[in-house]
Amino acid sequence: MPTKTFSRYADLPALIGLMTGDEKHRAAAESTLDVLWVLYDRVLDVSPERADDPGRDRFLLSKGHGPAAYYAVLAAKGFLDVPTLRRWAEFDSPLGHHPDRVLVPGAEIGSGSLGHGLGLGLGTALGLRAQGRPEPRVVVLLGDAELDEGSNHEAIAVAGRFGLDNLTAVVIDNRSASLGWPGGIADRFSREGWAARSTVARDHTALHEALTAPHHGRPLAVVARVNPKEW
Amino acid sequence: MRESFIDTVTAALDTDPRPAVVLADISADNFVQAAARHPERVVNVGIREQLMIGVAGGLALTGMRPVVHTYAPFLVERPFEQVKLDLGHQDVGAVLVSVGASYDGAGMGRTHMAPGDVALLDTLPGWTVHVPGHAAEVPALLGPALRSDDRVYLRLSTRGNAAARPVGQGLVVVRAGSARSRGVVVAVGPMLDRVLAATAGMDVTVGYLATVRPFDRVGLNAAAAAAGHADVMIVEPYLSGTSAHEVGEALSDRRHRQLCLGVPRGSELRGYGTPDDHDRAHGLDAAGIAAAARDFFPE
Repeated sequence: MPTKTFSRYADLPALIGLMTGDEKHRAAAESTLDVLWVLYDRVLDVSPERADDPGRDRFLLSKGHGPAAYYAVLAAKGFLDVPTLRRWAEFDSPLGHHPDRVLVPGAEIGSGSLGHGLGLGLGTALGLRAQGRPEPRVVVLLGDAELDEGSNHEAIAVAGRFGLDNLTAVVIDNRSASLGWPGGIADRFSREGWAARSTVARDHTALHEALTAPHHGRPLAVVARVNPKEW
Repeated sequence: MRESFIDTVTAALDTDPRPAVVLADISADNFVQAAARHPERVVNVGIREQLMIGVAGGLALTGMRPVVHTYAPFLVERPFEQVKLDLGHQDVGAVLVSVGASYDGAGMGRTHMAPGDVALLDTLPGWTVHVPGHAAEVPALLGPALRSDDRVYLRLSTRGNAAARPVGQGLVVVRAGSARSRGVVVAVGPMLDRVLAATAGMDVTVGYLATVRPFDRVGLNAAAAAAGHADVMIVEPYLSGTSAHEVGEALSDRRHRQLCLGVPRGSELRGYGTPDDHDRAHGLDAAGIAAAARDFFPE
């Protein structure tokens, strides 16, 4: 099964289909599919050949639950061999129900416990800036319920005050936060000093525009709405 | 010790491009000059301790060497999952530097005490833990830590010994007992002077240890082998028994006895006052240690 035949958006469902046994996280997996594809296909400057290039863009999957879509996109982009997907969550597989950066080629962080990716992303953005590398983008993917974690509030406030425009937070909004967000998620980011945009995840053109629009001197938050989570 | 730490890190910022200091307001005024010279490498995130560890993990992922500093309970206990996941699980390192130790701030009460910090870190793999007993020992421990990529915890205290001792080389024999001695006493960091006072006149070997992880099992085994009895008393300035498993491993090839002195685990001491008051209450002053030694090493 040559990898090159599974390199299109239309192939992603078949790739996800190779991974079974994570029905609990299926909604989480599918909610991220469009954003992951647009990022890896059209936005991020990353490739398997440049995995250790300090000038590469960084993608941090903070929403580590249900990573099937993430693995599928990594396979479509050549970071993973397609046969590897079939063995996912087996004892000696590099692919678990939550990704481990030490095991997964192309994964910048290990995640699963909620509320860690944005702090790591902020530190990564600061580290690149301190080393005179303003070009690489640091993009962190979160879920709307994940924003309940106080650690994310710490990171949102500081990134806004520091004006870290090399940092982008993409929030998948399937309205699963138990107590909700008065005024909406984008409003919350805006109040902390971020440039914030909201769009529909299925609209890849709108998503691409939101992810690439200028936001000088401010971190960027893109809220990508998907269908509400079904419990 | 805190001044020695600040001086050492400030100098390192000037000569090495990798270190970056992450603060949560505590000691920020001591880094004002360093921040003026290196504004992008001295980061104060405000009172956000989870974030300071997350930021450290991110800095390390880009190849920098984060130095994270605040009070011990806020550095290790409050953001413990960040210490576990944002450093260890990401397979990156940092230098965590605490002040306050077990009860340096006795008058501030339980909220500012962390006698369990080393035991808590001990649940995680791969940490080096330094417990210096004198300010002059700090640069010798911190310098190599700044140049490495390891996960290092440097536990500073306002208390300590009258003189600096050799560090960075495992167990150092300060006073050797005879071939018929009663055993070995290990003093960790700030406990040495009072251990020496408590065991004066006793035929025991007294060893000094400023680095407790990795633990010098070989050194302790050799000291026990050279003593008349393979009986070991270890005196630590934090939770009692924190290194009991290490002592047990070190002596696993011989019949032995061990006694671990430290801050008792059984109850929360609700008292203020001074660190000396707490030492007395915990049996960690020279008189308390002497009494325990007399019971453990019978004539």
